[in-house]
Amino acid sequence: MSSGRDETTRYRAHFAAWNEIVRAREPAWMRAQREAAFARFEALGFPTTRQEEWRFTNIAPLLRTSFRVATAPASPFEDDWLAPYRAWGAHHLVFANGHFVGEVPTNGHPPGCFARGIRALLQEAPHLVEPYLRRPVEELSHAFIALNAAFLTDGAFVRIPRGAVVREPIHLLFLALGQGEPMVVHPRNVIVAEENSQATIIESYVSLDDRLHFTNAVTEIIVGENAVVQHYKVQRESRAAFHMAAVRIVQARMANVRDFSLALGAALARTDITAILEGEGAECTLNGFYWVRDQQLVDHHTVIEHVAPHGTSREFYKGILDDAARGVFDGTILVRPGAQKTDARQVNKNLLLSTEALVNTNPRLQILADDVKCSHGATIGHLDEDALFYCRARGLDAEMARELLTYAFASDILQEIAFEPLRRRIGEWVLMEWPEGELLTEML
Amino acid sequence: MNGTALLEIRNLRVRIEGQEILKGITLTVRAGEVHSIMGPNGSGKSTLAQVLAGREVYEIVEGEVLYEGEDLLRMSPEERARRGIFLAFQYPVEIPGVSNLYFLKAAVNAVRKSRGLPELDAMEFLALARERAKLVELDESLLQRAVNDGFSGGEKKRNEIFQMALLEPRLAILDETDSGLDIDALRVVAQGINALRHPDRAIILITHYQRLLNYVTPDVVHVLYDGRIVKSGGKELALELEEKGYGWIAEEAIGSVRT
Repeated sequence: MSSGRDETTRYRAHFAAWNEIVRAREPAWMRAQREAAFARFEALGFPTTRQEEWRFTNIAPLLRTSFRVATAPASPFEDDWLAPYRAWGAHHLVFANGHFVGEVPTNGHPPGCFARGIRALLQEAPHLVEPYLRRPVEELSHAFIALNAAFLTDGAFVRIPRGAVVREPIHLLFLALGQGEPMVVHPRNVIVAEENSQATIIESYVSLDDRLHFTNAVTEIIVGENAVVQHYKVQRESRAAFHMAAVRIVQARMANVRDFSLALGAALARTDITAILEGEGAECTLNGFYWVRDQQLVDHHTVIEHVAPHGTSREFYKGILDDAARGVFDGTILVRPGAQKTDARQVNKNLLLSTEALVNTNPRLQILADDVKCSHGATIGHLDEDALFYCRARGLDAEMARELLTYAFASDILQEIAFEPLRRRIGEWVLMEWPEGELLTEML
Repeated sequence: MNGTALLEIRNLRVRIEGQEILKGITLTVRAGEVHSIMGPNGSGKSTLAQVLAGREVYEIVEGEVLYEGEDLLRMSPEERARRGIFLAFQYPVEIPGVSNLYFLKAAVNAVRKSRGLPELDAMEFLALARERAKLVELDESLLQRAVNDGFSGGEKKRNEIFQMALLEPRLAILDETDSGLDIDALRVVAQGINALRHPDRAIILITHYQRLLNYVTPDVVHVLYDGRIVKSGGKELALELEEKGYGWIAEEAIGSVRT
């Protein structure tokens, strides 16, 4: 039996090697921070299915693989990489195997804000990122988050200054390129939206081939008073890949965040999202869509923590599972004692397209205040036989009928994607995989 | 009665979950005819409609059904639709997330494709849909809405007749399309049905009430009782049923079994 503990030792040698590489390129506090994080990782050990939080997500296949740390970008920037995203009119920051390789347009920052690679800043202006990276290691809640802090390959630091309205989306594109043996990258992003600012951030994780690799990402989003942030995480990695990600959102008074997590790829994909509504009247929307098949496993663990009064949260996750795919949705709404007048709603709906597919959905409410409105609901179902017959009785063949009704199931969650070019693209990515999908793209 | 036989049902016996619902139906419908099948609840009217459209949950115990001279029961539901069979559902299904217009265009093009006709593009289809929507006084806003989603009962029934007008079937089976409609909606639905009467097309009106027949005059009226057609006649039969109810039919049916 392999215990999580034995597996951590393999990472010690990798850690020493990585330290050699970055030693001269980061300040002493960063080195100390990473050392402490590594110690934290060793103390925590990899999670096992005996732990409640990981009960349905067995990471044993991940632990069986020895991943090489991606020490440098696999390839210089290529313009073609951006072809699928042109219509977004975004400012792109591109990372190849976790390392910053270029941005488009090249004329510096997106208008009105500051966006740079974190590794470059650690060398040139570490004081800018110090408040976010130099933190008590007790905050690192599980082994993968600690591992990310210990290695920290690279990532984006985005700061939207006070009052700035950044209209064009900022796209952080993390590309995995095959390089012989399996590799691991630890992207770390920090997004700071200051008071009264507004921005749209899209994080994409994409493999350019179908190889096995491991992404272990952490993103922190700090949203100032009355700021408005749309955040999208788009995961389309190779179906051999492992994807671990943590998103931590902290909202000040009246801050408004809309977060969307899309999970289509990876053999095993787990995303932990924590939103902390610290300020009064903050509003948070967590939406997500997953569509998996074959042997894929997709897991979303979300926590919405209402700390202050008059907070609103809306959570809507939908998933489609085919073949022998497995899904996990675990959503906690935590209402702290002071958070009166909290209004929280959570819904998770799943469509199973095969008899082998399986989903575990687990809503949790922890309400410690007495004047609140909280609700949750979860469903797991199959395609409706009456509806299938109705479609076929109108001349649609059985496959088209299935796809039409499957699309119909997904359509309301896709409508939650406020940024239209992204919504269309996501719809295409999903439909392109279906035999009759091209006919359906008309509906996007 | 000089049209060609479009549909020939011979001694059809059908079972679901071990229970026999249709106990030997024989019926011939010719092109150009309108048949009305009446009967009390539970007599097997809807089962007959669903079996003809290809619902797979029913088990055929005995008998055969020929459509245009071919074995209908071997065809998939979509094949039947493409060959011109149309069922107006008693309970039209809601499909949230799919616009009525998209759904109907997909349906019309599936049928056209199977007939070797060029598919209609979005503009051509919209023009056709607008024209046919007038036939049933269907509000154009319903074209853009999701299929039957949030439609009133009357809107759903009109939408079925609208679909029939678009798909131009050879054999239309209308399953209680008149039920639950107010008199204005009933008049509109009847007007749609009358407009679609055609020498090449047969219509089977399945109905519980005689009311629709004030507006649509059938060539033949059949009474279905306990899985059998126990009486057939002209439109006077419908009036008689309206007046006397189904009780006397039951007595006659039992009597005929005894003899």
